[in-house]
Amino acid sequence: MKLSLSIARRFLSFSKGQTILIILGIAVGISVQIFIGLLIQGLQDSLVNRTIGTSPHISIVSENKGAAFEVSDQLFNRLTEDDRLIHIGRTADGAVFALSDNENESALLRGFDDDLNVLYQLENALVDGRLATKANEVIVGKSLLENLDVSIDDSITLQTLSGKTLEVKIVGTFDLGVSAVNESWIVAQADLTQNLFDLGSTYTGVEMQVKDVFAADTIAQDLSPNVTDGLKIVDWKTQNEALLSGLNGQSISTYMIQLFVLVSVVLGISSVLAITVLQKSRQIGILKAMGINDGQASLIFIFQGLILGIFGGILGIGLGVGLLQMFTTFAKNPDGTPLIPITFDMAFIAFSGSVAVLSALIASIIPAQKSKKLSPIEVIRNG
Amino acid sequence: MDNILQLNKINKIYGTTIQTQVLFDIDLAFETGSFNSIIGQSGSGKSTLMNIMGTLDRPTKGTIKINNTDISTLKSKELALLRNQTIGFIFQFHYLLPEFTAIQNILMPARIKNKQVSGETLAWAQELIEITGLTKVKNNPASKMSGGQQQRTAIARALINKPKIILADEPTGNLDSDTAEQIYALMREINQKYGTTFIIITHDQNIAQKTDRIVEIKDGKIQADLRR
Repeated sequence: MKLSLSIARRFLSFSKGQTILIILGIAVGISVQIFIGLLIQGLQDSLVNRTIGTSPHISIVSENKGAAFEVSDQLFNRLTEDDRLIHIGRTADGAVFALSDNENESALLRGFDDDLNVLYQLENALVDGRLATKANEVIVGKSLLENLDVSIDDSITLQTLSGKTLEVKIVGTFDLGVSAVNESWIVAQADLTQNLFDLGSTYTGVEMQVKDVFAADTIAQDLSPNVTDGLKIVDWKTQNEALLSGLNGQSISTYMIQLFVLVSVVLGISSVLAITVLQKSRQIGILKAMGINDGQASLIFIFQGLILGIFGGILGIGLGVGLLQMFTTFAKNPDGTPLIPITFDMAFIAFSGSVAVLSALIASIIPAQKSKKLSPIEVIRNG
Repeated sequence: MDNILQLNKINKIYGTTIQTQVLFDIDLAFETGSFNSIIGQSGSGKSTLMNIMGTLDRPTKGTIKINNTDISTLKSKELALLRNQTIGFIFQFHYLLPEFTAIQNILMPARIKNKQVSGETLAWAQELIEITGLTKVKNNPASKMSGGQQQRTAIARALINKPKIILADEPTGNLDSDTAEQIYALMREINQKYGTTFIIITHDQNIAQKTDRIVEIKDGKIQADLRR
């Protein structure tokens, strides 16, 4: 084994140019695999984050649209104890007219309890001012603020459809990145809306996010026995089938690209190794005449594949990570954030590296078999 | 004296559809420590005979005994072991491994035999390097030596495991007459010093006439067997 390894090393170091070329070939293949894989993963994550990152993944609402209901302690505890769920909160919403001195706009008044400010990332979305913390304070969408022709610290009147009114103070304005929301949302604490809409201690919805966004539908199914009659549970996956099929398509195309890169890497390595058997057939014949056995002869090529795979893999990881680093440095949004935020998924990088080693190993099996069959007599007879 | 190598009714036929018989019922035995030559024209079958004697090729019919072992029963791994420990080859073209230096080439059969090269083997390699006059070039890559030096390296390599038999196929065929003479002298010295059996296949009448026994092969048969 040691002898085969040392011969393999010598064969590789003797034809340095060729060895470097093969290692580069493997490295480029692996770096493309890492680059494309992590880029598409980053793209997918950022797409998911942008589209559903600041919205509930699962909601519990009344079957009778917009109707309020009692959120039992039993249900709420069940939700908070489930460690697959995060940012759980109750909300009491209703339609209102927002009246300023000069303008009159229809709006959706949302009353948040518990963790909903965190779920909607309102703190980050604030353009100006602060979150509503007192009983008569609200924050309004950026466009709504402009449409009402008011500014922070101004007061507006909220009027329900039944005619009830309440004067509130605007303490902040937010931009959630969706114009429909920016034009119509007013967010307050749940106490305020419950009073205004005469809801008592009831709410119009319970909203939450899940850690694994793609498991939202199964988690929703798990939760459904806890939801009483008259209520329904909805998840983002059933509501966004088009987006979901788009994401799935993207995943499948990534796998296809990776598969083809892999196939080309394996073919490349095995064809080059097959040629080296031809190149080294004389040496193998001589070694066999000197008493090396068939197993040792084929081990030489297995070791060559292994060495090429290891070096190619390491170099490929370096190249791939470098490329990604360059991509995140140079491809940026106007505000300086990376165009596609990329997470360096160590498990994926390690997987790609081992693919290099494994494929080189598999590719070396054919030449190893060939060298096993090589008879010294052929070499000696053919000079 | 004992026979180190014995051939009984060796036949060799090449091809399956068109069959060509190159050896016909060869009976031949070589004594331990003898210095022999096999001569014959091109195509007479002498190289085939040597390949069969060296276990590189198998006869179509007949048996070979090396060191009193019938080799037809041996598996390929056992044959490899036999070649490594009992037989040393010297070919017309030196067949050194170009990736290795002279001393590494010489030590290769020893490394195949034992994973670690012992101090004793290293001393023996050193002695062989001196006998073959390679001291100055021992660390040269195989390709950076003259033809004579390469052939002498091949001889030292053939001897490293102290084999009982050296099979040499035209060992001087590629060399000028002075160098050929040196190579012959070296082989003779080794034969006398270590009692190694030599079977030399050659075209060179000068070399053949200096050996103790000349076997002439013609058309796959033994034409003459002369002993001095």
